[in-house]
Amino acid sequence: MTELAKHEPTTIYIKPSKGLAALNLRDLWIYRELVSFMVWRDVKVKYKQTLLGMAWAVIQPIMTMLVFTFLFDRVAKLPTDGIPYPVFSFTALLPWGLFTVALNQGSRSLVAHNNMVTKIYFPRLILPMSSVFAGLVDFAIAFVILIVLMFYYQVTPAWQLLWTLPLFLLLGVITALGVALWLSAINVKYRDVNHALPFLTQFWLFITPVAYSSSVISEKWQILYSLNPMAGVVNGFRWALLGTGNGPDLALWISVIISVLIFISGLFYFRSMEKTFADTI
Amino acid sequence: MTTAISVKNLGKRYQIGAAETKFRYNMLRDVLVDTLYAPVRLAKALVGKSDRRTNQNFVWALKDICFDLEEGRVLGIVGRNGAGKSTLLKILSRVTEPTEGTVTVRGRVGSLLEVGTGFHPELTGRENIYMNGAILGMKRTEIDKKFDEMVEFSEVSQFIDTPVKRYSSGMYLRLAFAVAAHLEPEILVVDEVLAVGDAEFQRKCLGKMNDVAQQGRTVLFVSHNMSAILRLTQEAIVLKKGQLIKRAPTPEAVDFYLASGQTESGERVWEADEVPAASAPFRPIRLRLKDRSGKVVDTVRSTEPVSVEWEYQLDAPVTGLRVGMYLNTMRGEYVFTAFDTDDAKQYEQFGARQPGRYVSCCQIPADFFNEGRYSLGVNASSFGVRRYFMDESALSFNVDISGAPGTQWPEVRQGLIRPRLDWKIEKID
Repeated sequence: MTELAKHEPTTIYIKPSKGLAALNLRDLWIYRELVSFMVWRDVKVKYKQTLLGMAWAVIQPIMTMLVFTFLFDRVAKLPTDGIPYPVFSFTALLPWGLFTVALNQGSRSLVAHNNMVTKIYFPRLILPMSSVFAGLVDFAIAFVILIVLMFYYQVTPAWQLLWTLPLFLLLGVITALGVALWLSAINVKYRDVNHALPFLTQFWLFITPVAYSSSVISEKWQILYSLNPMAGVVNGFRWALLGTGNGPDLALWISVIISVLIFISGLFYFRSMEKTFADTI
Repeated sequence: MTTAISVKNLGKRYQIGAAETKFRYNMLRDVLVDTLYAPVRLAKALVGKSDRRTNQNFVWALKDICFDLEEGRVLGIVGRNGAGKSTLLKILSRVTEPTEGTVTVRGRVGSLLEVGTGFHPELTGRENIYMNGAILGMKRTEIDKKFDEMVEFSEVSQFIDTPVKRYSSGMYLRLAFAVAAHLEPEILVVDEVLAVGDAEFQRKCLGKMNDVAQQGRTVLFVSHNMSAILRLTQEAIVLKKGQLIKRAPTPEAVDFYLASGQTESGERVWEADEVPAASAPFRPIRLRLKDRSGKVVDTVRSTEPVSVEWEYQLDAPVTGLRVGMYLNTMRGEYVFTAFDTDDAKQYEQFGARQPGRYVSCCQIPADFFNEGRYSLGVNASSFGVRRYFMDESALSFNVDISGAPGTQWPEVRQGLIRPRLDWKIEKID
């Protein structure tokens, strides 16, 4: 009784939401601890009962980098703006890795936690959000490897541009989250998403300058090419870390605008579908 | 007194039947047409217009529900399967949105629907307590404060740093319940959770619920067990087909509930919409009561044996199955519980059953019942694994005692049963 008397209980109004749902950021703030718990759980559980454990976070990008180096550097001999190919591709693999985690884990997050969705109230945004944030842990590990690689190949970072790196990381997170919001909400009703994901990931890799430099794209296609927000993120990473490319030009701003559009529309789409998640999942 | 819950004109509509029509492919041509149509369907779905083939059937799970509940009251909710009880609780705990109407809730709603939600088998008991607590909306500091209490309540303290995948199902459940029980919400919602776990644990759960009520919190209690409802609540509402048909002090509401809808005459047939989707692959078909000559009856003579037949369909193989019945008085006191595989040999032979249609039947011997009205409940479950289907009052029947022992005296005999005992009278002096 004393416990009760201490604080005045908040009143909750439950009614059907009409039209564009409000984002309800207040609830998201109240449940902020849950985000960190979910991220912590994802990281903790991810490599349970594996022989190599956390080493997988290192092995995966390194193996991809080696394959790329063999195919595109040794065999195809693609230009890399004067940067050793392993460093050149690894710089792009960092944000790309984050993006694929979001695409795969994030899109499945609601369906994977369907027992939570059908039994408890909490802001559903937490599920795709924490999947994306859990990807940041792998990102951090891979970042350490990049530093080692740069040291080994004696690549000097573009010091004067390095401060922009967090901004590009933010852009990457926003893009990843935006796509995850769209796909996870659609996946609740249409499991077609599951079937489209492997193809989508592969396709998206081809249209993003991860294995190659965006300078190989001819001038007249540059604008169309930059409609892919990940192109902006990857080029931004290379620019901030290695000093290659043009920096913030028209193409980059197009990517930023597209990315923000996907994110905001994703938020509203997610919120408007949220009310039926528990019924249709 | 202040109002804790205020429900006004609440309604919830579900769409049904969409999935069935969609996969009714018989011919390759249909498949091809459907494939070609896919991009159109995708576009329509994304802009929110539903496919013309998927928008036929709606069903109102709840309609025009209105009630207020004052703070500190314990309200029972009774109704048959599919009456809308679970939907109501889901709306109150904000899992799903109503289609119309409003609910005003004063305070945090905690529900025992959510026991163990978010538990991860790879995490330890300790980690899961924190995880689950956070999911239920507790702050880390709040969990810290109650941690020892939860562990003690769950009785798993020596395994608290073991991954829960190594726990027995009982330990798992106790730990899960411990977290939910310590949430201390202003409003507690309890749904049938008492049907799981061993007797000792059930006693504990009821005790906890009682404590919560004693502390002046508001409790909503859903159960098929009328004696639990009678014991724990002062007031109850009766739901029928999504409508609130009665609100009264519990004994009156329970009598009303038991008397209504029990018009079946010695036979209960389950329509498709009365069987929850969650009971798959088990599908009850009908329950019948037959007298000695094989006639379906709603009044049985206590001096004759009576057969109980339950017909059901299994849509997939089931292992560890037991199908059985509860016999209750109309007041919800249990007379007995029995399952078709109670006998070890029977269990060996029929514990695992192939898909198909089955009948489980048994005979209740003569000279068993006392006078009055009884209720027959049914249950199909795999012990400790899952309860497929339960209906605690599937059928009710009258017992006529003419010819029973002692009927030469026109008096009411106390007791639930009226056995014909083999009295011997000797003069010993």
